[in-house]
Amino acid sequence: MAEEKKKKGLNLNRVDMPRQDPKERIKNFNEVALGYTEEMAIAEAQRCIQCKKPFCVEGCPAEVKIPEFIALIVEGKFIEASRKIKETNALPAICGRVCPQEEQCEEKCILNKKGAPVAIGRLERFVADYEAKMGVVEKPEMAPPSGKRVAVIGSGPGGLTVAADLAVMGHEVVVFEALHKPGGVLVYGIPEFRLPKVIVEREVDYIKSLGVKFECDVVVGRTVTIDDLMEKEGFDAVFIGVGAGAPVFMGIPGETLKGVYSANEFLTRNNLMKAYLFPEYDTPIKVGKKVAVIGGGNVAMDAVRTALRLGADEAHIVYRRTRAEMPARAEEIENAEEEGVIFNFLVNPVEIIGDENGWVKGMKCIRMELGEPDASGRRRPVPIPGSEFIMDVDTVVVAIGTQANPVIQRTTPGLEVNKWGYIVADPETCKTTKKGVFAGGDIIRGAATVILAVGDGKKAARAIDHYLKTGEW
Amino acid sequence: MFKIVEKRDWHPLICEMWIEAPRVAKKHRPGQFVILRLHEKGERIPLTVVDKKPEEGLIRIIFQKVGKTTFELGSFNPGDSLADVVGPLGRPTHIENYGTVVGIGGGVGIAPLYPILKGMKEAGNKLITILGARNKDLLILEDEVKAISDEVIVTTDDGSYGKKGFVTDALKELIDAGTKIDQVVAIGPAIMMKFVVKTLEPYNIPCIVSLNAMMLDGTGMCGVCRVTIGDEVKFVCVDGPEFDGYKVDFDELMSRLTIYVEEEKIALERFKKAHPEIFAGVE
Ligand SMILES: Cc1cc2nc3c(=O)[nH]c(=O)nc-3n(C[C@H](O)[C@H](O)[C@H](O)COP(=O)(O)OP(=O)(O)OC[C@H]3O[C@@H](n4cnc5c(N)ncnc54)[C@H](O)[C@@H]3O)c2cc1C
Ligand code: SF4
Ligand code: FES
Repeated sequence: MAEEKKKKGLNLNRVDMPRQDPKERIKNFNEVALGYTEEMAIAEAQRCIQCKKPFCVEGCPAEVKIPEFIALIVEGKFIEASRKIKETNALPAICGRVCPQEEQCEEKCILNKKGAPVAIGRLERFVADYEAKMGVVEKPEMAPPSGKRVAVIGSGPGGLTVAADLAVMGHEVVVFEALHKPGGVLVYGIPEFRLPKVIVEREVDYIKSLGVKFECDVVVGRTVTIDDLMEKEGFDAVFIGVGAGAPVFMGIPGETLKGVYSANEFLTRNNLMKAYLFPEYDTPIKVGKKVAVIGGGNVAMDAVRTALRLGADEAHIVYRRTRAEMPARAEEIENAEEEGVIFNFLVNPVEIIGDENGWVKGMKCIRMELGEPDASGRRRPVPIPGSEFIMDVDTVVVAIGTQANPVIQRTTPGLEVNKWGYIVADPETCKTTKKGVFAGGDIIRGAATVILAVGDGKKAARAIDHYLKTGEW
Repeated sequence: MFKIVEKRDWHPLICEMWIEAPRVAKKHRPGQFVILRLHEKGERIPLTVVDKKPEEGLIRIIFQKVGKTTFELGSFNPGDSLADVVGPLGRPTHIENYGTVVGIGGGVGIAPLYPILKGMKEAGNKLITILGARNKDLLILEDEVKAISDEVIVTTDDGSYGKKGFVTDALKELIDAGTKIDQVVAIGPAIMMKFVVKTLEPYNIPCIVSLNAMMLDGTGMCGVCRVTIGDEVKFVCVDGPEFDGYKVDFDELMSRLTIYVEEEKIALERFKKAHPEIFAGVE
């Protein structure tokens, strides 16, 4: 626990959360963060000064009643605290683990001006885990059946939220998922060591207990179209929450060599298919001695830390800007550093080099420097002429982003997309240009965060409920 | 769960099944495939849908036992279920009346070829089919192909049936005999498709091929199925599986198919040890 440093009655030091030792954890896939004990949670909760006008709430896309739930923790009412969060966010065990709190509630927390903000995320995860451990997860009061049916396409955080809320409002909900397991990025993308899959399963089971049906192995657009669902299968409304799942490659020579993966492939093999347990599980994965992961976001951090755990001797991040511009969560960058990940900043790959059998044997890179700010406000990296060099690597994972998969858009007449291929939807109601069809999550804004998808799910559920009750579009 | 309702062993190494997958049966069009997974610990593998009975909700698959998963699948029986069958995936074949179509199927490639030929025949094409197999016992679907083709030529590598030689020899003979060929559809091992295209090149006869790339999700999400087509990189599962044979980088495709040979060997050996009975009678 951090040393006490009180200042005008304020405790500016947050309670540390225990984590697995870095030397140990790179040999396993168990969760890195171990969570607070009851005493730690209460001590941390006591730091909150219960602001009259809580800035933290303004920073939360799900408008979680933060001071209220923290006050309940101080009183030792952990289960009540968890339910308080669930009034506005159905997935606290997940959000407590993966939300970028340092840019949201915790950044806005008044204590952040003087010292460390209240550890809102850690407290959120503590109460959600506590409630689950006690086995007292309670169902909310369910509205009487409305006789209306809603199809939810995609079972990521957006789809799960909309399904849960609509079920509580009395509607019959079926979730269609392309993969064989529900959860979206939470199951195929984010690794076990950051978000244990039992937690996702727990949330899915809870949503099933509300009466929501899941049909996996259905690729909407191929197996069935949205028009089929509405015209032939009797669905009154549809929510599209299919994420932004298509990988982007760099378009440089050598990307089809053996040993080059998209981050999606690398992570899906490992997380969804459990390749780290091969040959007990059938899906293999190959990781060489020296792995380079290209990119600076959460996905890149997840991939590079996975590579270490799969036995790579050296795991590199190759990023064309500097540490300050990295979009990954600060906590995950620190975790990666502790685990021995090597960061190569201001470096950009220009070619992947293969051996005579088509395997990666190196990567030609060029050094960069930061120039003028670009449209995103970040300083644009520009190559330094003549600075090319060869990195000695045998595995390359490309984690530079994802884009919209066009399968639904191509098979749904009347559904408008923007120039990047994302579905056009009203930011307040998630209504698309097609009557009865709503969309939210990454498919309307590009790869973003779990909590934004949850927020869309909330808004869409309200708008869908309204539409089903009034028929107004 | 997706129940197996019928099974036929063409050969100790080639197996056919009819499986309950009502949504797939309803939507499937020639050229499309499914991804299946046997059980909780299984891998996801692509297999072409050879035929369907939409009213009964059934699809037909034919596969050769080459690795752990296909041997294990071959040990399943009617009444058993697969954990997952998802599809139909990929773009359907572009079917039109070209005039004379030559269909070329090598090995179990005859299975995915069959529904395409059926479509081509229904569209009014004259159909000449060349079937190739290593030997007589490994030849599949001959009768069904004969029923829809105007002419069928069989080749075997060892001469145990039909003409001795490769499908490309038979193709060359057809061309040399002055046969008018408007379109070729070739499906088989990558190396066969590569040489079919080589044979056709001097005559500029168009050729569609269907690629058997490695796959994971089959929905365009992972990119493991990527292959260079002309000067673009395409995903076989969503942009294919069929492409203009002249543009395919077959050497790259063949190279990528070897990524997991070592792991496949480990998995197969382990499975053999655990289930010797499945391998009884297989050399
Ligand atoms: C590796 C990784 C790490 C991340 N880390 C974080 C993090 O730490 N914090 C954070 O806040 N965010 C993180 N994100 C981003 C976050 O996961 C996403 O923003 C969020 O999951 C988006 O939710 P969604 O509901 O829009 O869809 P997704 O979670 O993308 O789920 C979409 C689902 O729809 C299914 N689907 C797609 N097409 C079809 C179809 N045609 N028919 C049926 N189903 C279909 C997909 O299979 C998938 O299951 C991370 C993302 C990745 C990839
Ligand atoms: S801003 Fe910080 S101190 Fe104020 S209520 Fe929110 S968590 Fe508590
Ligand atoms: S199999 Fe994953 S993108 Fe084609």
